[in-house]
Amino acid sequence: MEITLTVNGAARTVDVADNALLVDVLRESLGLTGTHVGCDTSQCGACVVHMNGDAVKSCTVLAGQADGADVTTIEGIGDPDALHPMQEAFRDNHALQCGFCTPGMIMSAIDLVQKGGGSLDETAVRDGLEGNLCRCTGYHNIVKAVLAAQSSM
Amino acid sequence: MYQFNYHRPSTLDEATSLMAGAEDGVYLSGGMTLIPTLKQRLASPSDVIDLGAIPGLTGVTLNDGTVSVGGMTRHGEVAASDAIPALADLASRIGDAHVRNRGTIGGSIANSDPAADYPAAVVALGATVHTANRSIAGGDYFTGLFETALHDGEIVTSVDFCVPDAAAYEKFPNPASRYAVVGVMVARCGDCVCVGVTGAGACAFRATALEEALATDFSPGAVDGVGVDHSEFNSDIHASAEFRGHLVGVLTKRAVARIG
Repeated sequence: MEITLTVNGAARTVDVADNALLVDVLRESLGLTGTHVGCDTSQCGACVVHMNGDAVKSCTVLAGQADGADVTTIEGIGDPDALHPMQEAFRDNHALQCGFCTPGMIMSAIDLVQKGGGSLDETAVRDGLEGNLCRCTGYHNIVKAVLAAQSSM
Repeated sequence: MYQFNYHRPSTLDEATSLMAGAEDGVYLSGGMTLIPTLKQRLASPSDVIDLGAIPGLTGVTLNDGTVSVGGMTRHGEVAASDAIPALADLASRIGDAHVRNRGTIGGSIANSDPAADYPAAVVALGATVHTANRSIAGGDYFTGLFETALHDGEIVTSVDFCVPDAAAYEKFPNPASRYAVVGVMVARCGDCVCVGVTGAGACAFRATALEEALATDFSPGAVDGVGVDHSEFNSDIHASAEFRGHLVGVLTKRAVARIG
């Protein structure tokens, strides 16, 4: 079947299998490999993208469900010459080690800060990132980065 | 995942027709349980019928002491609503933020997972479950492990909750999944007290012995003398039936203490 969705501001029409996942469309059909597949069981959050303004796990969304949706991936928030404030904050605070979880962390954190009304504290950030796992155990600096980005976003 | 035929109907009638014509169809709501189930090949439906494009099934509205939640309303939207703070609090503690951005109340209660959170509210808050053709009292809705009073092909269109005088939800979450090992919703309405329990048994139920004790004396101490029969409770790697029985009492006390 054919689906049409907006990805990082551009309309894209893709032919997909009925049982295709959104993350497969992004990575394999559109070549946007910044979105990672970690656990493939909805737990780790490496695949988080924004869909119609909400952070979602793209490994747990069927491609058909994304027909007509507005999707933003890690590639759509900044570029090497003009990083998103959340990316800057992650760099400034050394908020990544291996980097595998980082795209999902950043997409979740942006949604969290955008909806947090500037009032997030450390507890709220840790609760808000509950669905993102970092196996380098780098949470401390990630939380620092998100709080810093709250001021700069 | 096994192969299946994906459908995205735009009306309830179209959805039920697709289901009637499918060899072994299943409705897809938020997909937070169904899609992982499909991935694990624990289910192999011939047809997946997505309810996400049907208009008019979302939103939280307060009308004359009743809060109506559309069947396709996401947990995050309920968490952000203010008509019943205890219901919003319950919704805010389901899964994680991403699950709350996709999962729906209709999908949750149609699945009747014994460890889901919403069922505690359905039995404790005088709920009515609406489908296209009929209304089912909350107390009659859950009938067993992953079993409900829904007929084949029936779709939850909305759930009504009575606004209580006061209510609180307390939960002992599984530390990995955040499902309720046990969850208890205590609601007070006039002289009536309702205690809805999820996670402990095959499906959500009201703890009537606790309700009677609390109706006489609405204080945490009133729970102490009430024995909770755990003989039919769930027992698994997360908790024994006896421990779940203990948690029912502890969480009820905490909920009563929060209501004050």
